[in-house]
Amino acid sequence: MSFFNWEWVARNWTTILERTWEHIFLTAVAVAVGTLIAMGLAVVAVRRRRWYGPITSVTNILYTIPSLALFAFLVPFTGLSTLTSEIGLVGYTLLIIVRNTVAGVDGVSPGVREAADGMGFTPARRFWKAEFPLALPVIMAGIRIAAVTTVGLVTITSILGQGGLGYLILAGMRSFFWTQIIIGTVGSVILAVVIDVFLLRVERLLTPWSRRVAR
Amino acid sequence: MTNRPLIEEIILFLSDPDTWWGRASIPLRLGEHLLLSVAAVVMAAVLVIPPALWAAHRRRGVAAAAAVVNIGRAVPTFGILVVVVVWLGLGPWPALVALVALSGPPMFTNTVAGVLAVNPAVLESAWGMGMTPMMVLTRVEAPLALPVIAEGIRIAVSQVIATATLSALAAGGGLGRFIVDGFAQRDQGELLVGAVLVAALAVVAEMAFTGGQRRFTTAGISAQDGR
Repeated sequence: MSFFNWEWVARNWTTILERTWEHIFLTAVAVAVGTLIAMGLAVVAVRRRRWYGPITSVTNILYTIPSLALFAFLVPFTGLSTLTSEIGLVGYTLLIIVRNTVAGVDGVSPGVREAADGMGFTPARRFWKAEFPLALPVIMAGIRIAAVTTVGLVTITSILGQGGLGYLILAGMRSFFWTQIIIGTVGSVILAVVIDVFLLRVERLLTPWSRRVAR
Repeated sequence: MTNRPLIEEIILFLSDPDTWWGRASIPLRLGEHLLLSVAAVVMAAVLVIPPALWAAHRRRGVAAAAAVVNIGRAVPTFGILVVVVVWLGLGPWPALVALVALSGPPMFTNTVAGVLAVNPAVLESAWGMGMTPMMVLTRVEAPLALPVIAEGIRIAVSQVIATATLSALAAGGGLGRFIVDGFAQRDQGELLVGAVLVAALAVVAEMAFTGGQRRFTTAGISAQDGR
């Protein structure tokens, strides 16, 4: 009895690749949409401070609801669809990105803000030209955490007939087939690490000045 | 799925006596869920917190704590659950093993972080007063780290409740059963009621814990001042 069936891997190589792409697609869409929504919420929270409490409370409740329950709750309305998966996955990214974005903008030194005001920047211009770029490393840290978390959560969408590599975990569980379970789980971990490293590179590209300070 | 309206399906599920009484009833599933979650968190806390306290006291395990955070996030809980269940067999015990394994890491990292964050001046005065290493750990470092440790336990609780739900996929009990059975039998009423119950449990547990945390922190600090 062999623990890991290489032959199965060789025979099902295309399936594994397809599921990996599905996993990347589900993650990428969720993180992209989640980032857009979270940025919008964070801008509101930064401008109107009293909205910060309610925004974090609601996103925190979303974050607390177990994923299986959130997906199950959506199914009667949006069916066993990619939309159901994405609504759930996006919901889980919001709290982390909103929190980091607000923290990042708050962390910008008051001197910078004053200098921007002194140069005659409008508030919008001050935000996009000074505060946002300086907050970017903290924002990107939030996006990275959200992305890595999402990679793990995508496996659970297998109950909706998707799941990327999670499909292999579920199928392996049903047939007690170790090879599928290991490929699904280990593959998901590797994918998370690869995406994390990729986003770190993106962050370095976007903030070349922070590298000079850091090294 | 059937073509009855959703509200009718929900009423149908809720008016079934089996929903309220017997081996597959809501009270029993809730009890299973709570028992499994509490057992897992208590076991993990007993196993993990004392060694983490000691490691941090000796200024060790810092690199390990950082690694655990990063790897822990990347490992899908669903994968771990399935690995343990297929390895050890179906039923509540394998699920418990998986839950203990998953709730350990956040407690470990937070305990280490909490002890390391203790003000060095406070530590120095503790040593200066002639405290033994054990006294420094139990009377100074542990109480001061308590809020951070409690936060680690809160994270673990919330993760355990979510993963205990998933354990139903692996033929476990708990409230996740309604969701999994709802999917399998295309019973939208059961599915929706299950989802609401699980969500409510998670949110209530989180709120209860956050409330308790506040009380806990003040008690710790006032005891500190009194000494």
